[in-house]
Amino acid sequence: MNVTEQPFSQSLEIPSTEESLKHPMEDYLRIERFPHIWCATCGLGTVLTAFITGLQKSELDPDKVSVVSGIGCTGRSAGYLRLDSFHSTHGRAVPFATGLALGNPELKVAVISGDGDLIAIGGNHFIHTARRNIDMTVICVNNFNYAMTGGQAGPTTPLTANASTAPYGCYEYPFNLPYLAESSGAVYVARWTALHIRRLANAICEALLKPGFSFIEVICPCSTLYARRNRLGSGLDLMKHYHDQAIIRHGADTSELQIDFQKEIIVGKFVDIEKPTFARKRDDYLSERLGKDYVPYKGP
Amino acid sequence: MKADPLGVATGSHYMDGDHACAEGAIAAGCRYLAGYPITPSTEVAERIAVRFPKVGGMFIQMEDELASMAAVVGATWTGVKAMTVTSGPGFSLMMENIGLAAMMETPCVVVNVQRGGPSTGLPTLAAQADMMQARWGSHGDYEIIALSPNSPQECFDLTITAFNLAEQWRVPVMFMMDECVGHMSEKVDIPAADEITLTARKFYKGKKANYKPYKFNGQAKLAPMVKAGDGYRIHVTGLTHDERGYPLIDAETQARNVYHLVNKIRNNAEKICLFEEDQVADAEVVVISYGISSRVALKAVEQAREDGLKVGMLRLIVVWPFPEQRIKQLAKQVKSFVVPEINLGQISLEVERNAAGQAQTILVPHPGGWVHDPDDILKAIKEGAA
Repeated sequence: MNVTEQPFSQSLEIPSTEESLKHPMEDYLRIERFPHIWCATCGLGTVLTAFITGLQKSELDPDKVSVVSGIGCTGRSAGYLRLDSFHSTHGRAVPFATGLALGNPELKVAVISGDGDLIAIGGNHFIHTARRNIDMTVICVNNFNYAMTGGQAGPTTPLTANASTAPYGCYEYPFNLPYLAESSGAVYVARWTALHIRRLANAICEALLKPGFSFIEVICPCSTLYARRNRLGSGLDLMKHYHDQAIIRHGADTSELQIDFQKEIIVGKFVDIEKPTFARKRDDYLSERLGKDYVPYKGP
Repeated sequence: MKADPLGVATGSHYMDGDHACAEGAIAAGCRYLAGYPITPSTEVAERIAVRFPKVGGMFIQMEDELASMAAVVGATWTGVKAMTVTSGPGFSLMMENIGLAAMMETPCVVVNVQRGGPSTGLPTLAAQADMMQARWGSHGDYEIIALSPNSPQECFDLTITAFNLAEQWRVPVMFMMDECVGHMSEKVDIPAADEITLTARKFYKGKKANYKPYKFNGQAKLAPMVKAGDGYRIHVTGLTHDERGYPLIDAETQARNVYHLVNKIRNNAEKICLFEEDQVADAEVVVISYGISSRVALKAVEQAREDGLKVGMLRLIVVWPFPEQRIKQLAKQVKSFVVPEINLGQISLEVERNAAGQAQTILVPHPGGWVHDPDDILKAIKEGAA
């Protein structure tokens, strides 16, 4: 992949009809599967675009990048990417990705999934994979509810927000995801919104290049369910909310990143540390411990 | 292809079934194990944890059995042979991603060293009560292959067979041990590597643009696989999908997808089935058993023969798919089938269904925690001969 290749041509030459009809990210998208299933004004297309941009910037060989998703709206992301892509079971994207990452150490594995998938049903896998520092990038698209199944409350639904299973408002404390990720051992933790497209793409690039368990939370509009049920207006209104309420605070203490209903959203890069990955640590430790008896895992 | 000599502990050993299973997996070329500790299967993982760093394998202890099975499916798509090991409660948790493996047509091996249930049941004592769960445990229609060893030697030999069948049929294979076989120590002969024949995974070598990960024909000729990272940019999903692996949510695709998953095993059942027979030629009663129960049944059969009864034995080695044709044939010859199993009637149902009223089926149940008293089986043989 040539880094100078940009999705939009800078040249003043008028492209041929054939060229102009080609989607600028066609090489990374399964165009034959479009139109996608996502609603108008959903942020998932933006996240997908940011992912491709970040991947391009990283200069990683796309043939060596695998993407795994779980179940839900975000769970459909893997299926639209023209990469080795795996649509696994609900909550199990992260352990499935562990299989890929350890099975072939040459792969860069990214998980793109939702807050319900990664943090509720998949929560135990999330913390243990961060603890082990398995080499993978986890992008959690947080839209504050279970959208695919019709807008139920989830592990990130803010207090007092309405959801179909919290019809009088949510009274459960939500998770603070960057704090959870850092406490569990993630080496890279960031949060952006679907409005911060360039910063998000840069973060994805950084995370993909970071050895170890990297985590990005993306606050994402769901105007069909979450916003409608909470009378937050259109997709554009949600973007305005991000614009007005998002505060960039790099290096912020992750314990202070709770998101309250329609209040400020602290975004930025919070954690960026060095720590040997699971595979590296295993390799170093066993070769020291077993000496010449140790046969490193070489992959298939 | 032949086994890699690095992984084969050639020689005569005195070892238990769990360890023999681990050695069989290594000899079969398994180099990835994700598992979670559970009695009475833990010794398999423990031996793998000792041996893998010396044979270039990757062992990881996961946070639970859900994760273990998911990691095995993911790892298999990198091209490595992978397995997991568990017992009843863990087997229940693995069902979710056993279904995923069946749907993604992912070859892998799931070892279940059976213990008494339901729930936590009898952690340290034997049962054979997960046989139907092995077949039907995950939701939806699919078929798997299941084997049942009855000795430590077979734990070695048949683990290799399990991996070979998994590769041949692109299917998760259930290796249904039981606590007795797992913890019983006997002589295990491990042959030289060049005497062990392995089924290599079929990899696609053609043009990238033409590759499809699935071929829905319900036949023996299955689509070859590719490895993640080789540039084929595949998509595989647990959703109902077409031959490109792309999800399509309609009845027509469902029919093509699911008939294929089921028929590739059902249409080839006679090729996959494996059983052994003893003194069946003149038998009026045939005892059908598997795993540890087959060893107890043997004593009853020997006693019955001494008593002058015409009794034979059929031992299931591959339990699923079930040898329907053979049972149908025998049903025309014998008066009765006697089925001792350490559950309250699972395989006996299949025997009865295939006997279809032509011979009677006598279940000798046992709720678990111990093996049968041979006299109970003998009593059933006498009843069947009467």
